[in-house]
Amino acid sequence: MSDTQWPVFEVFHQQARGEPHVHVGSVHASDAEVALLMAKEQFGRRQACVNFWVVPADAITATAYDDVDIFEHGTDKSYREAYGYETTRRVRAQTTKRPRSLRPPEE
Amino acid sequence: MVQNRVPQNDRPGDPGYAECLSAFEARVARGDKVEPGDWMPGAYRQQLIRLIHVHANSEICGALPEGGWIPHAPSLKRKLALVAKVQDEVGHAQLLYRAAETLGKSREEMIDELITGKAKYSNVFHYHAETWADVATIAWLIDAGAIVNQRMMAEGSYGPYARALKRICYEEAFHLTHGYDMCITLATGSKLQHDMLQDAVNRWWKPIMMFHGPSDGVSTHTDQLMRWRIKLKTNDEQRQEFLKQYVPKVHELGLTLPDPNLRFDEEADAWRYTEPDWDEFMNVIRGNGPASALRLRARRMAHEDGAWVRRALEAAARGNRATVNQNDE
Repeated sequence: MSDTQWPVFEVFHQQARGEPHVHVGSVHASDAEVALLMAKEQFGRRQACVNFWVVPADAITATAYDDVDIFEHGTDKSYREAYGYETTRRVRAQTTKRPRSLRPPEE
Repeated sequence: MVQNRVPQNDRPGDPGYAECLSAFEARVARGDKVEPGDWMPGAYRQQLIRLIHVHANSEICGALPEGGWIPHAPSLKRKLALVAKVQDEVGHAQLLYRAAETLGKSREEMIDELITGKAKYSNVFHYHAETWADVATIAWLIDAGAIVNQRMMAEGSYGPYARALKRICYEEAFHLTHGYDMCITLATGSKLQHDMLQDAVNRWWKPIMMFHGPSDGVSTHTDQLMRWRIKLKTNDEQRQEFLKQYVPKVHELGLTLPDPNLRFDEEADAWRYTEPDWDEFMNVIRGNGPASALRLRARRMAHEDGAWVRRALEAAARGNRATVNQNDE
């Protein structure tokens, strides 16, 4: 009976053109072509789908969950974000405070 | 490969077990999901493998009594819906076997244990589906019971199982509506149809009352399963939830339920019922139910009859690889 343990393929599913491929699960298959067929049967029965990727599971390299340090920010990284810029707020505050007479005439 | 590491120091008494356990329990209590690479107690791993394996087997065995009725469906519309439901159930089994595999037990081992009668599956699928009304009753009330259970399990602590269950619950919603539709049709049809449905409900009520498992006083696993958020509700709590939702709906269809003690206790805000015979339940899930032998035979036959397809696919895969290699040269 030992003929059912086929390799595992991870399945990525794209709902519409322009959307990203999203991981939805995995299938066992004898090869990539059969994996696509299985993916379609398993994950494409209902929801909209325009494209599938299948990737051999052993081709994926992942970070370790217990290695949490790699996602810790050692220093303040707010300069990477839009909210990290104080001047934007100051400029906005100035603009709204300015008296009506100093604003350019409205059309 | 994204896989679990070899379990380490995961038994009480192992070096570092106590520290790992308290970090693990803190994570679970926070509502964080556990992922395959994480440290987990050996007992957590084993309990999950046991539960997911039984769940997967039940999806497979649940498709059998329904599958047998496909050629006898009363209309093309019903036949198409039933085929779709059976395909869903088998698909669910595959999702679940994959989830269990992330805990270190192979699909092949699990399928072998099912075929050889070593592994268990849900009590309700050890009974015969005698008429078309049984198919309707299974699709409505048993799927309803399953949804109560699966919605709760989908909030559980193990990531891969919770993810599989979210997808499964989404599809079960169609099964439930389809089952309800069939039951309404029979209940509001001719007297013959109504009586056929009443017969089926009478036959299935006892197994349905056992479906969520032994009562809290008898169940041996509940405490640990709840502490580790594998389960969020006890078996009795699930049974009550099911009764609250569905007994009124059954009565609404003009049907009766074959339990003289079934009544709603306003004060306790709970249904009262005759306690199921848990010895009978245990005996049935050990493979001594009326249809147990038939189910295993059907499953084994499907496995053996399908062997040539697997061999052909493997030969084709080898052929493809050979062609690829030739082109490389």
